[in-house]
Amino acid sequence: MNTKVLMKGNEALAEAAIRAGLKGYFGYPITPQSELLEYISRELPKRGGSFIQAESEIAAINMVYGGAGTGERVMTSTSSPGYSLMQECISYIACAELPCLLVNVVRGGPGLGTIQPSQGDYFQAVKGGGHGDYRVIVLAPNSVQEMADFTYLGMDLADQYRNPVLILADGALGQMMEPVIFPDYNPEDHKVDHSAWATRGKPNDRDHNVITTLHLVSEKMEEVNLTLQEKYRTIVQNEVRYETIEVDDADFIIVAFGLTSRVAHKSVELARAEGLKVGLLRPQTLFPFPTNILSELADRVRGMLVVEMNAGQMVEDVRLAVNGKIPVSFHGRMGGIIPQPEEILDRIKLVYNVNEMETA
Amino acid sequence: MKHEIIIAGFGGQGVLSMGMTLAYAGMVEGKEVSWMPSYGPEMRGGTANCTVIISDAIISSPIINSYDMAVILNQPSMEKFEDSVKENGHLLFEANNIMVKPTRQNVTIHEIPAMIESVKLENKKIMNMIMLGSILAVRPIVTIKSVLEALKKVLPDRHHHLIPINESALKRGMELVGELTTA
Repeated sequence: MNTKVLMKGNEALAEAAIRAGLKGYFGYPITPQSELLEYISRELPKRGGSFIQAESEIAAINMVYGGAGTGERVMTSTSSPGYSLMQECISYIACAELPCLLVNVVRGGPGLGTIQPSQGDYFQAVKGGGHGDYRVIVLAPNSVQEMADFTYLGMDLADQYRNPVLILADGALGQMMEPVIFPDYNPEDHKVDHSAWATRGKPNDRDHNVITTLHLVSEKMEEVNLTLQEKYRTIVQNEVRYETIEVDDADFIIVAFGLTSRVAHKSVELARAEGLKVGLLRPQTLFPFPTNILSELADRVRGMLVVEMNAGQMVEDVRLAVNGKIPVSFHGRMGGIIPQPEEILDRIKLVYNVNEMETA
Repeated sequence: MKHEIIIAGFGGQGVLSMGMTLAYAGMVEGKEVSWMPSYGPEMRGGTANCTVIISDAIISSPIINSYDMAVILNQPSMEKFEDSVKENGHLLFEANNIMVKPTRQNVTIHEIPAMIESVKLENKKIMNMIMLGSILAVRPIVTIKSVLEALKKVLPDRHHHLIPINESALKRGMELVGELTTA
């Protein structure tokens, strides 16, 4: 029976991960993500998995690397400064092509920053963060329901592509409560056979499976890179996800992800009430980015406004997608401040009739 | 119909749980709900607040800065939120905890002696449920029945024996609003 329950985003994500067949969680507490770790520490050991509180985020992500090598479902979760600490090992996991789920409940930076919500880690999440040419699939939920839904999806995508999947949330999504329904999901039906590469003991009838990221011969290292790039192209082709709100007759588009898209949705309502034909495009995947739909929309709207809780990060990808066809403006708040629907509306009014290109 | 409510006070007064119970009751009635707590530095300084939205339609933004109703349980929160109640909205406050009374003319102000009543009911912890009763008398956002059902889900089993005292508190809170209006 799938009943509605009222849960915090952090808890809904944790519960979904356990229901998705999580076998190992490795993490280190940090606000505003700690409820997630706390929930898993309480529930996972009772329900067939292992919880380890590591001595640091660096240790935690290296445990994820080890756990992922078994082909079982493993994850970690943290918040911004902790995610920074994990970057080296995420590069290793991506190179070794191991499936795992990562969660960053973003807080305001840079530095130790604030514990309030932010989207300041977009570049780090989407463009790499660690060294080398690798990509992490990045999912951006905007509700407690999606905190759960994207956890199942993330686990599946990680297994399918043998790639780390990151859920990029923020402090507010982690802390707020909304109703959530957990779907029917039997992990057994989603099991992917990883026996060809996973290191879980060698049977007599095959060679050793080896997980390594060290390839000293240049030709071999280039081959590894080409394989990775081929995989990323497949992901770009098949896994773009986005939501559109009121775009059909829109002549102006707001682009926003995560919590900001909720506020922007309200701004769309306010703008529509004043007769402005404003729509909203919300990327649900940040890598792969919904480039094509943005390019299509750019052919028929007069302008776009990107709203983020940072100094202007996703706006660069929107401008790449739009490729100079229309002006793309930016409105951002930082330091843990959430933009208000009215201030976004004011900003829309300011640029609605302006034709020249604006810089952030 | 949409209700946008801020509940604010000191940590320990039951601010967050009052909001959670209200949100849960809304969900029990099949409505869209959201509950957004303060969790930042202000909470660590002792004050806490939560925003509750209960709506028939999908809730776009859970983050708002003006409210149909403010429920205020301490002086710092009064200073912070008095001006953010919408015109013709409601401002409820706990009589014993507020030294400087609100002065807004374009909202309806309700002074609820919830603290004294909780002492009369011999359980100071249910002050928040008295306030919740008053909220529901001012605006029937959800029924008492839904609140009681919500309490069964919000409270762990070991505290279910406290539901009857919570029920009396809710009812007393409702009565108080009537008594104050007729007085």
